[in-house]
Amino acid sequence: MKKNWPLWEVFVRSKNGLEHRHFGSLHAADAEMALENARDVYTRRNEGVSIWVVESKYITASNPENNPEMFEPAKDKVYRHPTFYDLPDEIKHM
Amino acid sequence: MSEEKIKDLENQFEERIARDDKIEPKDWMPEKYRKTHIRQISQHAHSEIVGMLPEGNWITRAPSLRRKVALLAKVQDEGGHGLYLYSAAETLGISRDEMIEQLHSGKAKYSSIFNYPSVTWADIGAIGWLVDGAAIINQVALCGTSFGPYARAMVRICKEESFHQRQGYEIMLTLANGTPEQKAMAQDALNRWWWPSLMMFGPRDEDSPNTALSMKWKLKRKTNDELRQQFIDQTVPQAELIDLKVPDPDLKWNEERGHYDFGPIDWDEFWQVVKGHGPCNRERMEARRSAWENGAWVREAAMAHADKKAKKSLNKAS
Ligand SMILES: [Fe+2]
Ligand SMILES: [Fe+2]
Repeated sequence: MKKNWPLWEVFVRSKNGLEHRHFGSLHAADAEMALENARDVYTRRNEGVSIWVVESKYITASNPENNPEMFEPAKDKVYRHPTFYDLPDEIKHM
Repeated sequence: MSEEKIKDLENQFEERIARDDKIEPKDWMPEKYRKTHIRQISQHAHSEIVGMLPEGNWITRAPSLRRKVALLAKVQDEGGHGLYLYSAAETLGISRDEMIEQLHSGKAKYSSIFNYPSVTWADIGAIGWLVDGAAIINQVALCGTSFGPYARAMVRICKEESFHQRQGYEIMLTLANGTPEQKAMAQDALNRWWWPSLMMFGPRDEDSPNTALSMKWKLKRKTNDELRQQFIDQTVPQAELIDLKVPDPDLKWNEERGHYDFGPIDWDEFWQVVKGHGPCNRERMEARRSAWENGAWVREAAMAHADKKAKKSLNKAS
Protein backbone atom coordinates (compact mmCIF):
# COMPACT_ATOMS: atom_id res chain seq x y z
CA MET A 1 0.00 0.00 0.00
CA LYS A 2 1.23 3.45 -0.86
CA LYS A 3 1.82 5.67 2.13
CA ASN A 4 2.65 9.34 1.71
CA TRP A 5 5.15 11.26 3.77
CA PRO A 6 3.24 13.02 6.55
CA LEU A 7 2.98 16.79 6.90
CA TRP A 8 5.08 18.64 9.50
CA GLU A 9 4.79 22.15 10.87
CA VAL A 10 8.03 24.09 11.20
CA PHE A 11 8.81 26.60 13.96
CA VAL A 12 11.97 28.67 13.87
CA ARG A 13 13.67 30.80 16.53
CA SER A 14 15.24 33.59 14.53
CA LYS A 15 17.71 34.49 17.29
CA ASN A 16 18.28 33.73 20.94
CA GLY A 17 15.97 35.74 23.13
CA LEU A 18 13.05 35.41 20.73
CA GLU A 19 10.36 32.73 20.69
CA HIS A 20 9.96 30.10 18.00
CA ARG A 21 7.56 31.27 15.35
CA HIS A 22 5.55 29.27 12.82
CA PHE A 23 7.40 29.42 9.48
CA GLY A 24 5.47 26.96 7.33
CA SER A 25 5.14 23.27 6.68
CA LEU A 26 6.68 20.46 4.68
CA HIS A 27 6.48 16.73 4.09
CA ALA A 28 9.03 14.30 5.49
CA ALA A 29 9.19 10.61 6.33
CA ASP A 30 10.29 11.19 9.93
CA ALA A 31 11.30 13.88 12.40
CA GLU A 32 14.96 13.76 11.50
CA MET A 33 14.22 14.30 7.81
CA ALA A 34 11.72 17.03 8.68
CA LEU A 35 14.46 18.90 10.56
CA GLU A 36 16.91 18.53 7.68
CA ASN A 37 14.36 19.67 5.12
CA ALA A 38 13.30 22.57 7.33
CA ARG A 39 16.89 23.70 7.54
CA ASP A 40 17.23 23.60 3.76
CA VAL A 41 13.91 25.25 3.01
CA TYR A 42 13.40 27.81 5.75
CA THR A 43 16.88 28.83 6.94
CA ARG A 44 18.95 29.31 3.77
CA ARG A 45 19.69 32.93 4.69
CA ASN A 46 20.48 32.78 8.41
CA GLU A 47 16.81 33.03 9.34
CA GLY A 48 17.22 30.87 12.40
CA VAL A 49 19.27 29.46 15.27
CA SER A 50 16.84 26.75 16.36
CA ILE A 51 14.12 24.69 14.67
CA TRP A 52 11.18 22.72 16.05
CA VAL A 53 9.17 20.36 13.90
CA VAL A 54 5.93 18.68 14.89
CA GLU A 55 3.70 16.44 12.86
CA SER A 56 0.69 18.50 11.83
CA LYS A 57 -1.81 15.88 13.03
CA TYR A 58 -0.75 16.51 16.63
CA ILE A 59 -1.87 20.13 16.55
CA THR A 60 -5.35 20.80 17.87
CA ALA A 61 -6.74 24.01 16.46
CA SER A 62 -9.70 26.04 17.62
CA ASN A 63 -12.57 26.30 15.20
CA PRO A 64 -13.19 29.81 13.81
CA GLU A 65 -16.92 29.08 13.88
CA ASN A 66 -16.67 29.07 17.66
CA ASN A 67 -14.86 32.37 17.77
CA PRO A 68 -17.75 34.30 19.36
CA GLU A 69 -17.92 32.10 22.47
CA MET A 70 -14.14 31.58 22.44
CA PHE A 71 -12.91 35.13 22.28
CA GLU A 72 -15.71 37.60 22.74
CA PRO A 73 -16.10 37.16 26.50
CA ALA A 74 -12.69 38.84 26.87
CA LYS A 75 -13.89 41.96 25.08
CA ASP A 76 -16.09 43.41 27.82
CA LYS A 77 -13.61 42.80 30.63
CA VAL A 78 -12.07 46.24 30.47
CA TYR A 79 -11.14 46.00 34.14
CA ARG A 80 -8.26 43.74 33.08
CA HIS A 81 -6.55 46.76 31.57
CA PRO A 82 -4.70 49.44 33.55
CA THR A 83 -6.58 52.31 31.92
CA PHE A 84 -9.80 51.16 33.63
CA TYR A 85 -8.62 52.60 36.95
CA ASP A 86 -8.97 56.32 37.70
CA LEU A 87 -6.06 57.67 39.66
CA PRO A 88 -5.03 61.26 40.44
CA ASP A 89 -2.66 62.84 37.91
CA GLU A 90 0.02 63.26 40.61
CA ILE A 91 0.62 59.55 40.49
CA LYS A 92 3.12 59.33 37.70
CA HIS A 93 4.59 55.88 37.49
CA MET A 94 1.97 53.27 38.17
CA MET B 1 -27.09 24.63 5.26
CA SER B 2 -30.06 26.67 4.09
CA GLU B 3 -29.71 28.93 1.12
CA GLU B 4 -30.41 31.93 3.31
CA LYS B 5 -27.63 30.98 5.70
CA ILE B 6 -25.18 30.62 2.80
CA LYS B 7 -26.14 34.02 1.41
CA ASP B 8 -25.56 35.45 4.85
CA LEU B 9 -22.12 33.85 5.12
CA GLU B 10 -21.25 35.03 1.63
CA ASN B 11 -22.12 38.60 2.52
CA GLN B 12 -20.06 38.46 5.68
CA PHE B 13 -17.21 37.01 3.65
CA GLU B 14 -17.31 39.76 1.03
CA GLU B 15 -17.35 42.36 3.80
CA ARG B 16 -14.29 40.86 5.41
CA ILE B 17 -12.38 41.00 2.14
CA ALA B 18 -13.54 44.54 1.48
CA ARG B 19 -12.09 45.70 4.79
CA ASP B 20 -8.80 43.88 4.08
CA ASP B 21 -9.34 41.14 6.63
CA LYS B 22 -7.27 38.08 5.74
CA ILE B 23 -9.00 34.78 5.12
CA GLU B 24 -7.40 31.81 6.91
CA PRO B 25 -7.73 28.13 5.91
CA LYS B 26 -10.29 27.09 8.51
CA ASP B 27 -12.53 30.11 7.91
CA TRP B 28 -15.74 29.65 5.99
CA MET B 29 -15.28 30.55 2.31
CA PRO B 30 -17.38 30.19 -0.84
CA GLU B 31 -16.57 27.03 -2.81
CA LYS B 32 -15.59 29.14 -5.80
CA TYR B 33 -13.04 31.03 -3.69
CA ARG B 34 -11.52 27.74 -2.53
CA LYS B 35 -11.40 26.28 -6.03
CA THR B 36 -9.99 29.39 -7.65
CA HIS B 37 -7.28 29.59 -5.03
CA ILE B 38 -6.35 25.93 -5.29
CA ARG B 39 -6.05 26.38 -9.04
CA GLN B 40 -4.02 29.57 -8.97
CA ILE B 41 -1.71 28.64 -6.07
CA SER B 42 -0.99 25.16 -7.39
CA GLN B 43 -0.28 26.49 -10.88
CA HIS B 44 2.02 29.05 -9.36
CA ALA B 45 3.78 26.23 -7.48
CA HIS B 46 4.12 24.16 -10.65
CA SER B 47 5.67 27.17 -12.41
CA GLU B 48 8.36 27.42 -9.76
CA ILE B 49 9.17 23.72 -10.09
CA VAL B 50 9.10 23.50 -13.89
CA GLY B 51 10.99 26.80 -13.93
CA MET B 52 13.98 25.03 -12.40
CA LEU B 53 14.48 23.05 -15.63
CA PRO B 54 15.65 25.66 -18.17
CA GLU B 55 18.12 27.08 -15.67
CA GLY B 56 19.20 23.77 -14.19
CA ASN B 57 20.28 23.01 -17.74
CA TRP B 58 23.23 25.42 -17.32
CA ILE B 59 24.45 24.74 -13.78
CA THR B 60 27.22 22.37 -14.85
CA ARG B 61 28.25 24.69 -17.68
CA ALA B 62 28.30 28.02 -15.82
CA PRO B 63 31.40 29.95 -16.95
CA SER B 64 32.89 30.49 -13.49
CA LEU B 65 32.57 29.26 -9.93
CA ARG B 66 30.97 32.59 -8.97
CA ARG B 67 28.27 32.17 -11.59
CA LYS B 68 27.82 28.54 -10.70
CA VAL B 69 27.18 29.04 -6.97
CA ALA B 70 24.80 31.91 -7.76
CA LEU B 71 22.80 29.90 -10.28
CA LEU B 72 22.72 26.88 -8.00
CA ALA B 73 21.41 29.03 -5.16
CA LYS B 74 18.80 30.59 -7.40
CA VAL B 75 17.50 27.28 -8.71
CA GLN B 76 17.40 25.96 -5.14
CA ASP B 77 15.34 29.01 -4.15
CA GLU B 78 12.83 28.23 -6.89
CA GLY B 79 12.43 24.72 -5.46
CA GLY B 80 11.75 26.34 -2.09
CA HIS B 81 9.19 28.68 -3.66
CA GLY B 82 7.41 25.67 -5.09
CA LEU B 83 7.30 24.12 -1.63
CA TYR B 84 5.93 27.25 0.09
CA LEU B 85 3.18 27.41 -2.50
CA TYR B 86 2.29 23.72 -2.45
CA SER B 87 1.99 24.03 1.34
CA ALA B 88 -0.29 27.06 1.01
CA ALA B 89 -2.53 25.17 -1.44
CA GLU B 90 -2.60 22.11 0.82
CA THR B 91 -4.25 24.19 3.57
CA LEU B 92 -7.29 24.38 1.26
CA GLY B 93 -7.75 20.64 1.34
CA ILE B 94 -5.93 19.33 -1.73
CA SER B 95 -3.05 16.89 -1.24
CA ARG B 96 0.44 17.30 -2.65
CA ASP B 97 0.03 14.10 -4.64
CA GLU B 98 -3.19 15.30 -6.23
CA MET B 99 -1.50 18.49 -7.37
CA ILE B 100 1.45 16.64 -8.81
CA GLU B 101 -0.92 14.25 -10.52
CA GLN B 102 -2.75 17.23 -12.05
CA LEU B 103 0.52 18.65 -13.35
CA HIS B 104 1.59 15.35 -14.88
CA SER B 105 -1.76 14.67 -16.50
CA GLY B 106 -1.79 18.13 -18.07
CA LYS B 107 -4.89 19.16 -16.13
CA ALA B 108 -2.97 21.88 -14.29
CA LYS B 109 -0.99 24.46 -16.19
CA TYR B 110 2.26 26.23 -15.37
CA SER B 111 3.70 29.46 -16.71
CA SER B 112 4.21 29.13 -20.46
CA ILE B 113 7.52 30.94 -20.35
CA PHE B 114 9.23 27.76 -19.18
CA ASN B 115 8.37 26.05 -22.44
CA TYR B 116 11.07 28.06 -24.20
CA PRO B 117 14.58 26.60 -24.45
CA SER B 118 17.70 28.01 -22.79
CA VAL B 119 20.17 27.53 -25.60
CA THR B 120 23.07 29.81 -24.64
CA TRP B 121 24.61 31.08 -21.41
CA ALA B 122 23.12 34.51 -22.16
CA ASP B 123 19.68 32.94 -21.76
CA ILE B 124 20.47 32.49 -18.07
CA GLY B 125 21.09 36.23 -17.90
CA ALA B 126 17.90 37.01 -19.79
CA ILE B 127 15.81 34.65 -17.65
CA GLY B 128 17.01 36.21 -14.38
CA TRP B 129 16.61 39.74 -15.69
CA LEU B 130 13.33 39.43 -17.61
CA VAL B 131 11.52 36.33 -16.38
CA ASP B 132 12.29 36.86 -12.72
CA GLY B 133 11.71 40.58 -13.27
CA ALA B 134 8.22 39.91 -14.59
CA ALA B 135 7.59 37.34 -11.85
CA ILE B 136 8.57 39.89 -9.20
CA ILE B 137 6.06 42.40 -10.53
CA ASN B 138 3.32 39.76 -10.45
CA GLN B 139 4.34 38.57 -7.01
CA VAL B 140 4.70 41.95 -5.35
CA ALA B 141 1.13 42.62 -6.47
CA LEU B 142 0.10 39.39 -4.74
CA CYS B 143 1.64 40.16 -1.33
CA GLY B 144 -1.59 41.85 -0.31
CA THR B 145 -3.85 39.08 -1.54
CA SER B 146 -6.75 38.06 0.72
CA PHE B 147 -5.83 34.45 1.45
CA GLY B 148 -3.42 34.48 4.40
CA PRO B 149 -1.18 31.50 3.54
CA TYR B 150 -0.78 32.69 -0.07
CA ALA B 151 0.05 36.24 1.02
CA ARG B 152 2.62 35.00 3.54
CA ALA B 153 4.25 32.74 0.94
CA MET B 154 4.42 35.72 -1.42
CA VAL B 155 6.15 37.93 1.13
CA ARG B 156 8.82 35.29 1.73
CA ILE B 157 9.23 34.68 -1.99
CA CYS B 158 9.55 38.37 -2.86
CA LYS B 159 12.35 38.74 -0.31
CA GLU B 160 14.27 35.98 -2.05
CA GLU B 161 13.57 37.05 -5.62
CA SER B 162 15.52 40.26 -5.78
CA PHE B 163 18.89 38.53 -5.97
CA HIS B 164 17.56 36.41 -8.84
CA GLN B 165 16.97 39.41 -11.01
CA ARG B 166 20.20 41.10 -10.05
CA GLN B 167 22.32 38.03 -10.86
CA GLY B 168 20.61 37.81 -14.26
CA TYR B 169 21.12 41.46 -15.09
CA GLU B 170 24.75 41.22 -14.00
CA ILE B 171 25.28 38.38 -16.48
CA MET B 172 23.74 40.52 -19.26
CA LEU B 173 25.81 43.53 -18.22
CA THR B 174 29.02 41.50 -18.32
CA LEU B 175 28.23 40.03 -21.75
CA ALA B 176 27.16 43.41 -23.12
CA ASN B 177 30.52 44.87 -22.07
CA GLY B 178 32.43 41.87 -23.44
CA THR B 179 33.65 40.90 -26.90
CA PRO B 180 31.42 41.64 -29.93
CA GLU B 181 30.43 37.95 -29.94
CA GLN B 182 29.44 38.09 -26.28
CA LYS B 183 27.43 41.22 -26.82
CA ALA B 184 25.69 39.62 -29.82
CA MET B 185 24.85 36.65 -27.64
CA ALA B 186 23.25 38.92 -25.05
CA GLN B 187 21.27 40.73 -27.75
CA ASP B 188 20.11 37.43 -29.20
CA ALA B 189 18.87 36.29 -25.79
CA LEU B 190 16.97 39.55 -25.29
CA ASN B 191 15.43 39.15 -28.75
CA ARG B 192 14.11 35.70 -27.93
CA TRP B 193 12.95 36.33 -24.34
CA TRP B 194 11.40 39.79 -24.65
CA TRP B 195 8.02 38.88 -26.12
CA PRO B 196 7.45 35.71 -24.11
CA SER B 197 8.23 37.77 -20.99
CA LEU B 198 5.49 40.25 -21.89
CA MET B 199 3.11 37.32 -22.29
CA MET B 200 3.83 36.24 -18.71
CA PHE B 201 1.30 38.80 -17.50
CA GLY B 202 -1.47 36.90 -19.25
CA PRO B 203 -4.01 37.89 -21.90
CA ARG B 204 -5.16 41.45 -22.47
CA ASP B 205 -7.70 42.67 -19.93
CA GLU B 206 -10.54 42.47 -22.43
CA ASP B 207 -9.68 38.80 -23.06
CA SER B 208 -9.35 37.93 -19.40
CA PRO B 209 -12.82 37.07 -18.10
CA ASN B 210 -11.67 36.19 -14.58
CA THR B 211 -10.13 39.58 -13.89
CA ALA B 212 -13.20 41.13 -12.22
CA LEU B 213 -13.59 38.30 -9.72
CA SER B 214 -9.85 38.14 -9.06
CA MET B 215 -9.82 41.87 -8.36
CA LYS B 216 -12.77 41.55 -5.99
CA TRP B 217 -11.02 38.83 -3.99
CA LYS B 218 -7.75 40.77 -4.14
CA LEU B 219 -6.17 37.82 -5.92
CA LYS B 220 -5.17 40.52 -8.29
CA ARG B 221 -4.67 44.11 -7.29
CA LYS B 222 -3.70 45.33 -10.74
CA THR B 223 -4.85 44.07 -14.11
CA ASN B 224 -2.67 42.13 -16.57
CA ASP B 225 -2.27 45.17 -18.80
CA GLU B 226 -1.32 47.45 -15.93
CA LEU B 227 1.35 45.04 -14.73
CA ARG B 228 2.66 44.51 -18.26
CA GLN B 229 2.99 48.26 -18.75
CA GLN B 230 4.81 48.57 -15.45
CA PHE B 231 7.27 45.88 -16.55
CA ILE B 232 7.95 47.56 -19.88
CA ASP B 233 8.42 50.98 -18.30
CA GLN B 234 10.91 49.66 -15.82
CA THR B 235 12.82 47.34 -18.16
CA VAL B 236 13.40 49.51 -21.25
CA PRO B 237 15.79 51.91 -19.44
CA GLN B 238 17.67 48.90 -18.06
CA ALA B 239 18.23 47.65 -21.60
CA GLU B 240 19.37 51.08 -22.73
CA LEU B 241 21.84 51.29 -19.87
CA ILE B 242 23.71 48.24 -21.14
CA ASP B 243 23.24 49.28 -24.75
CA LEU B 244 20.97 46.42 -25.79
CA LYS B 245 18.05 46.96 -28.10
CA VAL B 246 14.53 45.89 -27.18
CA PRO B 247 13.22 43.98 -30.24
CA ASP B 248 10.12 46.11 -30.81
CA PRO B 249 10.13 48.65 -33.67
CA ASP B 250 7.00 50.30 -32.24
CA LEU B 251 8.47 50.89 -28.84
CA LYS B 252 8.36 54.61 -28.08
CA TRP B 253 8.11 56.83 -25.02
CA ASN B 254 4.70 58.49 -24.89
CA GLU B 255 5.08 61.80 -23.10
CA GLU B 256 1.37 62.29 -22.73
CA ARG B 257 0.63 58.90 -21.18
CA GLY B 258 3.86 58.86 -19.21
CA HIS B 259 4.41 55.30 -20.44
CA TYR B 260 6.08 53.46 -23.28
CA ASP B 261 3.87 52.56 -26.23
CA PHE B 262 4.65 49.12 -27.58
CA GLY B 263 3.87 46.94 -30.56
CA PRO B 264 1.29 44.13 -30.84
CA ILE B 265 1.89 40.90 -28.95
CA ASP B 266 1.54 37.65 -30.89
CA TRP B 267 -1.32 36.10 -28.91
CA ASP B 268 -1.58 33.17 -31.29
CA GLU B 269 1.86 32.12 -30.20
CA PHE B 270 0.82 32.53 -26.58
CA TRP B 271 -2.22 30.27 -26.95
CA GLN B 272 -0.25 27.72 -28.96
CA VAL B 273 2.25 27.38 -26.11
CA VAL B 274 -0.52 27.28 -23.49
CA LYS B 275 -2.16 24.45 -25.42
CA GLY B 276 1.04 22.43 -25.30
CA HIS B 277 2.63 23.25 -28.64
CA GLY B 278 5.55 25.32 -27.39
CA PRO B 279 9.13 24.36 -28.20
CA CYS B 280 9.70 22.47 -24.91
CA ASN B 281 6.30 21.50 -23.47
CA ARG B 282 6.87 17.79 -24.02
CA GLU B 283 10.44 17.84 -22.79
CA ARG B 284 9.47 19.67 -19.59
CA MET B 285 6.66 17.28 -18.78
CA GLU B 286 8.82 14.26 -19.50
CA ALA B 287 11.51 15.61 -17.20
CA ARG B 288 8.98 16.15 -14.38
CA ARG B 289 7.32 12.78 -14.82
CA SER B 290 10.54 10.83 -14.93
CA ALA B 291 11.87 12.67 -11.86
CA TRP B 292 8.68 11.71 -10.03
CA GLU B 293 8.69 8.10 -11.19
CA ASN B 294 12.39 7.51 -10.71
CA GLY B 295 12.18 8.99 -7.22
CA ALA B 296 9.27 6.80 -6.15
CA TRP B 297 11.43 4.07 -4.66
CA VAL B 298 13.32 6.64 -2.57
CA ARG B 299 10.08 8.05 -1.14
CA GLU B 300 8.82 4.55 -0.38
CA ALA B 301 12.09 3.41 1.16
CA ALA B 302 12.27 6.49 3.38
CA MET B 303 8.73 5.82 4.61
CA ALA B 304 9.45 2.13 5.25
CA HIS B 305 12.59 3.07 7.16
CA ALA B 306 10.70 5.62 9.26
CA ASP B 307 7.99 3.07 10.07
CA LYS B 308 10.56 0.50 11.10
CA LYS B 309 12.35 2.96 13.35
CA ALA B 310 9.08 4.04 14.95
CA LYS B 311 8.16 0.39 15.67
CA LYS B 312 11.55 -0.29 17.18
CA SER B 313 11.34 2.59 19.60
CA LEU B 314 7.80 1.55 20.49
CA ASN B 315 9.01 -1.98 21.28
CA LYS B 316 11.79 -0.61 23.44
CA ALA B 317 9.32 1.52 25.38
CA SER B 318 6.93 -1.35 26.18
FE1 LIG C 1 10.49 31.96 -7.70
FE1 LIG D 1 13.13 33.61 -9.05
